[in-house]
Amino acid sequence: MSAGEIRVAINSDQDIVGARQRGRTLAAELGFSSADATLIATAISELARNIVSYARKGEIKLQKMENAVRQGIMVIAADDGPGIPDIRQALRDGFSTSGSLGLGLPGVRRLMDEFEIASRPGQGTTVTVKKWRP
Amino acid sequence: MAKRAVVGNGPHVAIDPTAQLAQSEATSELLRELVAHLRQNRTQLREEWVQRISETRLLTAMTKEEIFAEATSVYDSYVEALETETFEALQAYAQNLSERIIPRGVETHEVVGIVLLLRDVLARSLFAKYQADFRKLNRILDAYEPAANRIANTVAVGFVQERERTIRQQQEAIRELSTPVLQVRERLLILPIIGVIDPQRARQLTEQLLRGIRTNRAKVVVIDITGVAAMDATVANHLVQTVEASRLLGATVIVTGLSPEIAQTLVTIGVDLGKMNTVGDLQGGIEQAERLLGYKVVPIPEPQ
Amino acid sequence: MEVPILKQGKVLIATIQAALSDADLENLRRGLVQQVVRFRSLGVIVDVTSMDVMDSFASRTLREIAHMIRLRGAETVIVGIQPEVALAMVQLGLTLEDVSTALDLEEGLAYLNTKFKSLD
Repeated sequence: MSAGEIRVAINSDQDIVGARQRGRTLAAELGFSSADATLIATAISELARNIVSYARKGEIKLQKMENAVRQGIMVIAADDGPGIPDIRQALRDGFSTSGSLGLGLPGVRRLMDEFEIASRPGQGTTVTVKKWRP
Repeated sequence: MAKRAVVGNGPHVAIDPTAQLAQSEATSELLRELVAHLRQNRTQLREEWVQRISETRLLTAMTKEEIFAEATSVYDSYVEALETETFEALQAYAQNLSERIIPRGVETHEVVGIVLLLRDVLARSLFAKYQADFRKLNRILDAYEPAANRIANTVAVGFVQERERTIRQQQEAIRELSTPVLQVRERLLILPIIGVIDPQRARQLTEQLLRGIRTNRAKVVVIDITGVAAMDATVANHLVQTVEASRLLGATVIVTGLSPEIAQTLVTIGVDLGKMNTVGDLQGGIEQAERLLGYKVVPIPEPQ
Repeated sequence: MEVPILKQGKVLIATIQAALSDADLENLRRGLVQQVVRFRSLGVIVDVTSMDVMDSFASRTLREIAHMIRLRGAETVIVGIQPEVALAMVQLGLTLEDVSTALDLEEGLAYLNTKFKSLD
């Protein structure tokens, strides 16, 4: 299952586009609809942007997922940045995100099916999101 | 092979890997013997199985010739799975078979039924062969049963999965065909929503509407929800998102037929109804849409 | 990659091709503001037809551009947002609420013409 793994280093804003395009391509290979591929690419863009804005550098890992019944895509955005002091606050936000402040994490969660975050001040952040193909 | 000690919390327990190996070798040996028997008696056992299938009136959707052809493939796959003790090939075959027979109307209970019949036919023949040696019969069955059950499981699950996939495809096709976005006037679209909307249907409607806005270059959309009894927060959110997404495409949305209950749901999820363009009924909504588009509806005077 | 800015009467038209770097967006902002002032434009159309993803950064930047252009007396219209992109945007909560939007270039120009006429 590690055969379908793609790693994209995120060092500057120019890597964001590359990461989301690889994500779109992988989503298309997995048979996701064009609309879903756009959602996935957008989520990747947001996560990569967070890395650039807050951690300077990190990595986006894209992986195929497969269980007994269906396939999907997993995106892991990891960095060694400053970490998030209050995760609950970062995840709060109502449905109308201002889009101007914050990490946009609630939005990313809405775009994908599963969402996990691990972060500690001084220890970096890892966000894992998954989307299954219906 | 050296003995390995397994260290646990309690007294040290030594497991002898040699004994385990001998055990699994014996099983494989038995399975080989079993497989040889099944191959030798292939013609007869397959015939018996087909006979049982027609007796129990399974696979009525297929002709005798078809049943015989499929039975041969299933039998051979079954025996091969027993022989190789791997099930990937069987799974692939089961999926392939399901793709062929599902359009013929074959049902789950039939597929499960015939696989179990084969299991029984083969078991009976083992009883017959080894009846003189009770201990050997037991050991043969010890080897056979887990494998046979796994085979039945693999085939049944493969069939069910394929069936579910087919049903999903059909549902999707039905949804696509029933495009409810109507162009009433130039630049004006109406989307009447009726009945129970689940999140998936809601998403599909939104996608169809947005595509419709682009194709028809609509400037105003009237979404009528008179026919929607209730809406949970998730679907209500979809409605709000539809309104917002339509605006991004340059179209104004008028929502008509908003019941007090649904209005309440919207307020609960934080929607400012003052900002949403709502009109009581569809008629009123269309009239407002026409005004927005610069139409004026004037009755033609009666001929004198 | 530089974004071409065309002038059509009192309207400036900027067509964004695919993915822009942060630097490109910054250049676009500066370029549009300069030209609005230079030509005393009344309207700016930003065509995002080729953008296949609009994330919060892009959305924020477009709103900032619109804001700065408004300060210089002109109105901005974003045109060409694709249906799928619109869907992703609203799920992310990006509504571009204080910016005008239109279906495409034609509609954007029609909208601005209506507004300008009403300014007579």
